Amino acid sequence: MFNQKFFATCIDIASKYHASLLLGVRVTIMVALTGTIIGLALGLLIGGTRAIKLDIQASSTSKTIKKIYDVIATVYIEIFRGTPMMVQGAFIYYALLHVFNWTPNVAGTFVISINTGAYMSEIIRGGIQSVDVGQVEAARSLGMSSMQTMFTVILPQAIKNAFPAIGNEFVVNIKDSSVLSIISMTDLMYQSSRIAGSTYHFTESYFVAACVYLVLTLTCSIILRHIEKRMNKVATSIPQSDTTTESQKIAPKSEKKQRVLPKRRKK
Amino acid sequence: MSEALIRVENIHKSFGHLEVLKGINFEVHKGDVVCLIGSSGSGKSTMLRCINLFEQPEKGAIYVNDENVLESQDVNYYRSKVGMVFQAFNLFNNMSVLKNCVIAQKKVLKRKEKEAEEQALYFLDKVGMRDFAYASSSTLSGGQQQRVAIARALCIEPEIILFDEPTSALDPEMVGDVLEVMKRLASEGLTMIVVTHEMQFAKDVATKVIFMDKGVIEEEGSPEDIFTHPKKPRTQEFLRKFI
Repeated sequence: MFNQKFFATCIDIASKYHASLLLGVRVTIMVALTGTIIGLALGLLIGGTRAIKLDIQASSTSKTIKKIYDVIATVYIEIFRGTPMMVQGAFIYYALLHVFNWTPNVAGTFVISINTGAYMSEIIRGGIQSVDVGQVEAARSLGMSSMQTMFTVILPQAIKNAFPAIGNEFVVNIKDSSVLSIISMTDLMYQSSRIAGSTYHFTESYFVAACVYLVLTLTCSIILRHIEKRMNKVATSIPQSDTTTESQKIAPKSEKKQRVLPKRRKK
Repeated sequence: MSEALIRVENIHKSFGHLEVLKGINFEVHKGDVVCLIGSSGSGKSTMLRCINLFEQPEKGAIYVNDENVLESQDVNYYRSKVGMVFQAFNLFNNMSVLKNCVIAQKKVLKRKEKEAEEQALYFLDKVGMRDFAYASSSTLSGGQQQRVAIARALCIEPEIILFDEPTSALDPEMVGDVLEVMKRLASEGLTMIVVTHEMQFAKDVATKVIFMDKGVIEEEGSPEDIFTHPKKPRTQEFLRKFI
């Protein structure tokens, strides 16, 4: 199959349709980037607030509110992690089509954002758990409130600990946004399907798409690893992690530190 | 005798079925250096953590300046009056040495950046760590970290500092540095409660030594009472291991 003619056709397609391919790439990157950023914001909010432990002295009203909030957050996370993003995309797009009257690209960005938010919540929660309890106690012993402790001491360390997982989420989004071509979001996958349909060179078209996706994800992985290295350089004694996927840095000294291992999703 | 700064009355604390503190009573006066000694699991650290409200006792009262802090509404304010130094240092890993000392002053005491930095540098100087003010806290040795932790506690100007085995995680060479700092603070009149296994330190510095065993205070008194003329057989047995 992979003979000279195959590659010639591939190059042919790539050069003839490079405009629509690039258009697809742009949409893919935009959607993945926006989705990851909004998802991270959601994750910080939900993961951070979920991890706050109320004082024993807190009033029963605030304890009840916290409990209800925790249940809602858990339901959100489990639903979006437990169903395929393809199904979420199709369902949400059509369900809210008459409400928002939105384009597939907007709907796609929306879906990928809240989907990523669910995963990010768990990643941030894991990152928070990887921060030594001693850090919390030290902050509280100085009179800082639980909110102040969370935002000045815990979250900065949690984000740093969870950075490889957060970056990984971006790489995953580049690939997995392809399922949203089902609602005709005009990403790389959608464009490739169109090219395949008009040229009848199905194998070649999707091969080109695969190559472009691979270039995108590899580039992102390399950039992310660079950022990670620089972050580690700032705090010299933190051992470096080997890959961006699922690996975690272990902060110095504390032997009790757990790893952050968010469940990887399968689409 | 002057009014007690801290008065602990009949404190009971259990973890599940395990009763760790079985009715603890003692007083700490201003300027006192109280050393809590005893074997591991005797409840010393738990007692200390109760004073800082990290643990909530089931029964009893802790009076600070005649106010029962267990019923206190503003826990954060109270904690800012009671510093704590931990066995594992617990410096904030994401901050420099200086920032470690500045952050609580800004967040809790609402001090201005400049004022907080001056205060921090003053106390860092006091513990001999001024030269490291801009170092990342994770690059320091254990003894250095613990001295920074002491400076951090001093920065919010607490009325008393609780030391929870401050030298237990240090190697022998560094223990001296930290104890030296603590001795100096004691001689300057800082009120301290120190959970420690450093008997020599307790002997030299303490104004009162409390020997705890199995959740009760077995014996308390001046260092001389405890170390040279211990009355209870359990105290004698414990101290024999250190000689």
